[in-house]
Amino acid sequence: MTNSATITRRQFIVGASAAGIGLSLGVLPRGASAAAGPDEVNAWVRIATDDTVTIRIARSEMGQGTLTGLAQLVAEELECDWNRVTWEFPTPGQNLARERVWKDFSTGGSNGLRGSQQYVREGGAAARIMLIGAAAEAWGVSASECSARDSVITHGPSGRTTTFGKVAVAAARQPVPQNVTLKDPSTWHTAGKPKMRLDTQDKLTGKLVYGADLRFDGMLLASIMDCPVKGGKLVSFDADAIKDMPGVKKVLAVKTSVGTGLGTDGVAVVADTWWRAHSALKALPIEWDFGPNANFSDADVTRLLESGLDADEAFRGNWAGDMDAAFASAEQMVESVYKCPSQSHAPMEPMNATALVTADKCEVWCPTQNGESALAAAAEASGLPIEKCDVHKTLLGGGFGRRGAPDYVHQVVAIAKAFPGTPIKLQWSREEDQKHGFYHPTTMAKLRGSLDADGKLTGLHMRISGQSILAALIPQALVNGADLATFQGVVKPGLSPSMDQHQISYDFPNLLVDHAMRNPPIRPGFWRGVNVNQNAIYLESFMDELAHAAGRDPLEFRLAHMEKNPKGAAVLKAVAERSGWGSEDGKARGLATMYAFGSYVAACAEVRVVDGKLKIDRIVAATDCGTAVNPQQIQAQVEGSFVYGLSAMLYGEITYKDGQVQQDNFHTYPSMRIAEMPLVEAIVMPSGGFFGGVGEPTIAVAAPAVLNALFAATGKRIRSIPLKDADLTA
Amino acid sequence: MKTFKVNGESVEVDAEGSTPLLWVLREQLGLTGTKFGCGIAQCGACTVHVDGNPVRACAYPLSAVGEASEITTIEGLSEAGDHPVQLAWAELDVPQCGYCQPGMIMATAALLAKNPDADDADIDQQITNICRCGTFQRVREGIHLAKRKMA
Repeated sequence: MTNSATITRRQFIVGASAAGIGLSLGVLPRGASAAAGPDEVNAWVRIATDDTVTIRIARSEMGQGTLTGLAQLVAEELECDWNRVTWEFPTPGQNLARERVWKDFSTGGSNGLRGSQQYVREGGAAARIMLIGAAAEAWGVSASECSARDSVITHGPSGRTTTFGKVAVAAARQPVPQNVTLKDPSTWHTAGKPKMRLDTQDKLTGKLVYGADLRFDGMLLASIMDCPVKGGKLVSFDADAIKDMPGVKKVLAVKTSVGTGLGTDGVAVVADTWWRAHSALKALPIEWDFGPNANFSDADVTRLLESGLDADEAFRGNWAGDMDAAFASAEQMVESVYKCPSQSHAPMEPMNATALVTADKCEVWCPTQNGESALAAAAEASGLPIEKCDVHKTLLGGGFGRRGAPDYVHQVVAIAKAFPGTPIKLQWSREEDQKHGFYHPTTMAKLRGSLDADGKLTGLHMRISGQSILAALIPQALVNGADLATFQGVVKPGLSPSMDQHQISYDFPNLLVDHAMRNPPIRPGFWRGVNVNQNAIYLESFMDELAHAAGRDPLEFRLAHMEKNPKGAAVLKAVAERSGWGSEDGKARGLATMYAFGSYVAACAEVRVVDGKLKIDRIVAATDCGTAVNPQQIQAQVEGSFVYGLSAMLYGEITYKDGQVQQDNFHTYPSMRIAEMPLVEAIVMPSGGFFGGVGEPTIAVAAPAVLNALFAATGKRIRSIPLKDADLTA
Repeated sequence: MKTFKVNGESVEVDAEGSTPLLWVLREQLGLTGTKFGCGIAQCGACTVHVDGNPVRACAYPLSAVGEASEITTIEGLSEAGDHPVQLAWAELDVPQCGYCQPGMIMATAALLAKNPDADDADIDQQITNICRCGTFQRVREGIHLAKRKMA
C-alpha cells in the first residue's frame, strides 16, 4: 500500500504475482485469464481432474444474467454436472491471438444469448463428443455405445463409467467434430430451467471485485474533469495551487479521441488515494474555453426538434397504402405532439478503468460491455501494436449501454502513459458520470390519425423529429443518410435485415412513419431499449388516443390491427386477461405492446392518483422470447425493466443551461426507490422456435402502459416525459 | 492517527479528518465491499453500521468517528456470509449487477435489528437505497424472508 495507513487487522493484499506483469497484485477480479492449458477440451470448456467444469464466457455480465444463461447453454450440450460449473472470461487479446475463436465480445442489443446461442451450444456439444471419444478409445469400444450425463460417461453394454475429469486431457487430442447435432430445447434439463445465477454469492458478502474495487501494489489513483461543455477545450490550469495538497503526485491535461469528433478534453489529478486526488481536483484552478456551445440551452433543443415536425424532408422508415387519401376522406382526424428528453444511464458504479503501461505493453482492467472495443481503445491511446495490449474484464456495476463506449479507457491509458510501470486507476465521480454521458437521444413526434364513420383507423402518420445515435457514433452505418435505427419498434418489415427484430406490431392499411433528423450538440448513445422506448411512448399512447376518439376499447382497437401478428396479440391478450382488463372494478388500467429485440412484449398497468400524486399499484407484463433459457432470470429482467423504464418516465431528464448538464447527481437526477415499486407479475410465455432478447424489450412498454392508465384514471393525456412536474390533479 | 473498531478489530488510520469514512474503508483499510455510488448520501451503496446505526459512509467524515466507535461493513456482517439477510438474498437470487447490494443488505440488516417485525410501510420508509437494475421486488420479498429466518 502506498498511503500512510497502518493496518492492524488482517492483511488484505494477497501478494500474488500476476503472470507477465511482474507486479504484486491486490484485489483482483476472478476469471481473469483463459490461457490454453492441458485441461482445455476446447475453447469453451476446461475440465479439471476434480471434475470442475470451467465455461468460458465472452460476453460481459452487467446484471442481465447472460453469464449464467450462456453457461447453461454450454452445460446443457456438454452434459456436465451443473453443480460443478464455474466460469471465466477469456481476454480480448487472447481472442485476437486465437483468431477470434470466442467471436463477438460486444454485449448490447439484448443479443448476449440469442446472438451466441448457436455457437456456444455447438462448443458444448463438440466438447462432449470429444470427451466420450476419449473414454471410448481408452476402453477400446465404439463411441456410439457411450453416453454422458452429469459429467459421467457410461459405456452402455458393459456399464463401465468414468468422469469428465479423468479423460479431459485425452479429450483435447480427439479430432474436432465438424458437424454436431444440437438437442431440441424440449429435452433440456439444465438450460430452460430456473437455475440460480453463478455470480450471486460474492455479491452478498462484498467479495466481488468490480472495476472500482481493483487494487494493485504501488497503484496511484486519478480523478478527472472533462470540459463541462461539449466541444469546449482546456486552456490552462494552475498545478502549483494544489501541489502541496496531501498525496498529490501529478496534474496533467488529458485529451482523447472517441469516435467521430466526440473526444474528451480535460484535466486529471493523480494522487496516492482517490479521495486526495478528487479533493485536489476540486480545488484546482482551471480555465476552459467553452467553445461554440457555450450558450446552448434546452430551448435550443426544443426549437430544433420542433423545426422537424412539419419539415418537407424526412427519411422514411415505414409506409403502406395511401395515407394522404385516407386523411382526405377522414370522418375524424386526431393529432398530437409528444416529446422525450435526453436521459443519463446512471449505472450504480461510476465509470472507471485501471491501466498499466510500460514501454512495450499496455494492460487495462475495466468494466466494459465490449472488451474488443476497449482493447482497440487501449492500443490507440497507448500507441502500441494491439498485440502488445490486453483488457481484463471485471463484472460491471451496471451498464445499460453506457459501458459500450470506451472513452474512459482512452483516458486512463493516456494518464498511465505518464506513469510508465505504475498502475493507474481512474475513477470518475458521479458528477463526471452524469455530465459526460452518451445520453438517450432526445426526440419529438407528431402523430396524425384518421378515423372513418365506424371508428376504424384508416390512416396514420408518425413523424419523428430528433437525434440520431448512428450519425453521431457510427456514421458509416447510415443508409443514404438515414438512421434506420430511429425506427426501432415501428419499422417496416423487410426494410433492413438488422431492423426486422424491431418491426411494427400492427398492420395499418395506410401508413407513413418518417424521421426528420435534428442533431443538437448533445452526445447521444445506446441506452437500454434504445429507440424502441420513445417510439413505444409515441405509438402506444397515440393508439390509446385514437381508441378513445373512436369510442372503442383500446384492447379491441389494437387487436383489430394484429391479425397478422398472432404472437403479439397473444402477449397482449395474456396481460389483459391476467390484469382483469374490462372488468367493472373501478381500477384504471392502461395497455401497451411492442415487438422489439426479437421478442413480443406487452404490459397492463393499474394506477391511482392520490392527492395529485401517481401511485402505480400493479403491472402485469408478458414476454414471448421464443426460447426461455432461464425463466427466473427473465422474470428478474422484466421486474427490473419497470424500474428502469418508469424511473425514466417519472424523473429521467438531462437538461442544459449555458452548455452544461444541469443534473449532476441523484438529487437532481432521481431514480425510483422501493416505496414507488409496483407489484410486477411477469408472464414468461415462450412459444418456441426462436431466440428473442430479454434485457431490453420490456423497458419500452413500461411508460406507455402507465401513461395510458393515467389517462384512464384522470382523463389527462401526458405527452411529454418525465412526469415529475406534471399536474395530475383530475 | 486515529483508532477505532472495524468489524470487531481495532484499526489505526492516518488520514485527513475530512476524509469520508467510505474512502477510509476502501482505500486505507482495503474494505472494498462498501461501494462508492454518489458521494452525497443519496444512493446508499456505501451503507455501513456505526454503533449499529445505518450510516451513509460517503458523507460521514473520519472526524465524526469516535475512538469508541464500532463500525461494521458488509465484510463483517457475518463470518461465512450466512447472516439471515444474506441467506434470504441468496435464496431469492436478489442481485442483478450487485453493486448496490452490500448497501441494500446493510440497510436491511440494520432495519431488522431494530424492528424485527418491519412491515411494508416500514420498508418503504427505511429502505431508500437506489438500485438501477431494479431489484426492489425481490429486495422486498427478501426482507420478509429474512424476517421469517430471524424469528
